[in-house]
Amino acid sequence: MSTLADLTIHEALDLLDSREISAFELTQAVLSRVAATEDRVHAYLNLDAEGALAQAAKADKERLSGLQAALLGIPIAVKDNISTQGIETTCGSKILKGYIPPFDATAIKHLKDAGAVILGKTNQDEFAMGSSTENSGYGVTHNPWNLDRVPGGSSGGSAAAVSVGEALGALGTDTGGSVRQPAAFCGIVGLRPSYGRISRYGLIAFASSLDQIGPLTRDVEDAALLLSVLAGADPRDSTCRPNPVPTYTEGLDTGIKGLRIGIPTDYLAGQGIQPAVAKALKEALACLEEAGAELVELRLPHTQYGIATYYLIATAEASTNLARFDGVRYGIRIAEEGTLEQMYAQTRGQGLGEEVKRRIMLGTYTLSAGYYDAYYIKAQKVRTLIKQDFDQAFEQVDILVGPTTPTTAFKLGEHITDPLQMYLEDIFTIPPALAGIPCMSVPCGFDAEGLPVGLQFMAPPMEEAQLLKAAYAYEKMTRWNKRRPVLC
Amino acid sequence: MKYEAVIGLEVHAQVHTRTKMYCGCPVIEDTGQLEPNTYVCPVCLALPGALPVVNRRVVELGILTGLALNGTLQPVNVFARKSYFYPDLPKGYQISQYELPLMTNGYLEIETSNGIKKIGITRLHMEEDTAKLYHEAGKTLIDFNRAGIPLLEIVSAPEMHTVEEVKAYAMTLRDVLVTLGLSTGDMEKGQIRFEANISVHPEKSQKLGTRTEVKNLNSFRALAKATDYEIQRQISLLRDGEMVIQQTMGWDEQQGKTYPQRSKEESHDYRYFPDPDIPPVEIPTLWIEEIRNQLPELPLAKKQRFIKTYRLGHYDAQLLVADYVIADFFEETVGRRPNLSPQDIANWITGEIFRLLKERQLTLKESGITPPKLAKLLQLWHTGTINNNVTKVILAEVFNTGIDPEVIVKREGLAQISDAQTLNTLIDGVITAHPQQVTQYLHGKHAVLSWFMGQVMKETQGKANPKEVQNLLRIHLEQRRFS
Repeated sequence: MSTLADLTIHEALDLLDSREISAFELTQAVLSRVAATEDRVHAYLNLDAEGALAQAAKADKERLSGLQAALLGIPIAVKDNISTQGIETTCGSKILKGYIPPFDATAIKHLKDAGAVILGKTNQDEFAMGSSTENSGYGVTHNPWNLDRVPGGSSGGSAAAVSVGEALGALGTDTGGSVRQPAAFCGIVGLRPSYGRISRYGLIAFASSLDQIGPLTRDVEDAALLLSVLAGADPRDSTCRPNPVPTYTEGLDTGIKGLRIGIPTDYLAGQGIQPAVAKALKEALACLEEAGAELVELRLPHTQYGIATYYLIATAEASTNLARFDGVRYGIRIAEEGTLEQMYAQTRGQGLGEEVKRRIMLGTYTLSAGYYDAYYIKAQKVRTLIKQDFDQAFEQVDILVGPTTPTTAFKLGEHITDPLQMYLEDIFTIPPALAGIPCMSVPCGFDAEGLPVGLQFMAPPMEEAQLLKAAYAYEKMTRWNKRRPVLC
Repeated sequence: MKYEAVIGLEVHAQVHTRTKMYCGCPVIEDTGQLEPNTYVCPVCLALPGALPVVNRRVVELGILTGLALNGTLQPVNVFARKSYFYPDLPKGYQISQYELPLMTNGYLEIETSNGIKKIGITRLHMEEDTAKLYHEAGKTLIDFNRAGIPLLEIVSAPEMHTVEEVKAYAMTLRDVLVTLGLSTGDMEKGQIRFEANISVHPEKSQKLGTRTEVKNLNSFRALAKATDYEIQRQISLLRDGEMVIQQTMGWDEQQGKTYPQRSKEESHDYRYFPDPDIPPVEIPTLWIEEIRNQLPELPLAKKQRFIKTYRLGHYDAQLLVADYVIADFFEETVGRRPNLSPQDIANWITGEIFRLLKERQLTLKESGITPPKLAKLLQLWHTGTINNNVTKVILAEVFNTGIDPEVIVKREGLAQISDAQTLNTLIDGVITAHPQQVTQYLHGKHAVLSWFMGQVMKETQGKANPKEVQNLLRIHLEQRRFS
């Protein structure tokens, strides 16, 4: 049954502003949906129902007193690797059990300043390492379209929550595809902004040169709305860009007539693309052409090296980023007896999951004396080549379009014993992440089993406005995003 | 066989900026005096999600130091993560510099008994201090107040050969850092720390010996003693036909011995790589030139100028230039009273004032003495208005209270009695009261003169002008010969 919980953010804002509904009612509707579906989906690690209702009531009062704010009274879910003051933040890891941040991430501060209602923290692959949310230290999340399927990952909890109506929108994070891939698997919109567009302060780092916070929403307009709130310079994050933040919701509907859209052929050939995905892509391209875009086939020749490059750089950074989880200052400590080294070994041995340990080992090896040049430095060089692929492509075209993932949502447990197969899920999402360019996944159809397919749009650095415009035009023509999973 | 030692020094100096290296927490000079873990934030505690931001002022002071050390400055500075696990390192890595340090290829001039020598400086880079560990009753406590305080690491070339050179280098470098205003140079508070790389080889051989690294030397004394000990240890190993093992040594102050900490095989692989949280910091030439204009005169140059301009002795000049606050104080005092000899002023500063500073544990700026006040006081002393002892007493009071010396002299009636009429009356009285001593004097026992002197001083509470008294006493006594 459709309720207020199924509204998009901009629809809800219209109703709130015209006083047809209250933020309290809206939050209640979302909490009712959580009550109805959460036992099957398990999107949340920590739901703050009481806090959310209090924030909603406050938002209603503020609206009555004439306050205007971009997200006043909108219930939003937050991935568990983003620090929330006073709310346990575990990153999906047992090692951070009980850790309550004394500060808000800059993105959370922006959300709160805009009047958003924070619902709670969503499930994820531990430290954002994974593509299925099966690597969580706190149980798996189920895809609302088919409960036997994964929701994607690592922002699987956020994607599932938005998809099934347990939140109107959510924050995820994307290191190599962790916003776009779950968005594709759950039939929603997932935006990864340019590197440096949204502050990383308070985002618990996996791979610092790749991590970006991004919104997961039910349509492109909502993504634009959230991005306008979240983006902007931050003196606490030196990698955050100072570029002014446009109002991304403005000019969305100017159309794509004459827009040059590049189709990277390397994203099509021999990459294990399922027929349903290939078909959806073909139809999407036809649709874009019909809207007046000019399609240009081109090459991104270093695409095939993306995964190898990514797994060297990301794990190298992760191996040091995760060194702070040593049992000394926060989270769990396992050290009944024994030496300092035993405390480290026990705390990290038991507190961290298999995939996380695997990546720490890989990264440590990559940075070790005698291997650094062959692995880390070489990977950095290839990263530059991949960036140059995109630079050259964007000399010819305005936007690139391709599949978000080679397949639709796979079965729970299907890849769990084969990490390499799991890594291949990110083959199309990794290269733009390495290049630091903005990119997003938009629903573009369903396979025979009714599982959603995602279409990936990519734009030059800091050209989010262009990216959103193209995605918006496509969405308006197809309306795949209007279809919702039915669990109740 | 004779052996030659080859020594290089690594110096870690805390930089006293307003805030820490990568966060906004205040830098406190002596964190040991604070309530533990009160000057901390998410960044220096390495809470999940916190990010470092480079303190621009540290880069500025680093450039200033690089210029003072005559080196080549890196136009693009890259910060690197240095990884190892230890509880005093909250992130599990230290943000330091590795491949592209702020300065390379510099030198420092030192002065030893063999004259002036240039010691090469391989590199200077910026990094952060660690937390402080306290081991108590089987437990380890951590204080993060010190974590993240900016450090400059200055690495010399292995170009020193004697303990004297090592000491001269360390002290000169300390004086430079103090002069540049980035350190108070207080060794006791751990603001400057040394590590010495030491090897020895037969004097005739070109081939360098195996080196050891002696860590945690926190005073000039420890540095000198440990270096000396380690050189002797290595020489006697070689004399006995044994080998020096490449290893890291500690220094046991109590026993006066170095001891092995870990061997090369156990040494860390720090896995340096550029910190992705910190974009490269560019240092444009214009910025360097701006900073060059702020470069003060360095201690050795100042010392040479003091010797030449003020005709000071080597030793006094050295004492004055070690701290630019004192050197400035000296020059300002000299400037106010050109008729006073600079050497006299230097003597009062390095004598009485240094004694008071040490006794009261104060810095010059914390005391009440200023160049105008010292100049006034020494003027009174110079003209004979007050004698040496009185000058010392007044100096102590000015030092403690900051009251004008002339006011004190007037208030206490401390001015010397030089007035002939007053002294004549006094002396006449003393001589008349002691006829026996007069007789002794007249019979040639001239030592009695000093006894009379003492009597007069006793009567005047030491205020009588001794020179005058001596003259007048002689005249009065000689007069009695004829009466």
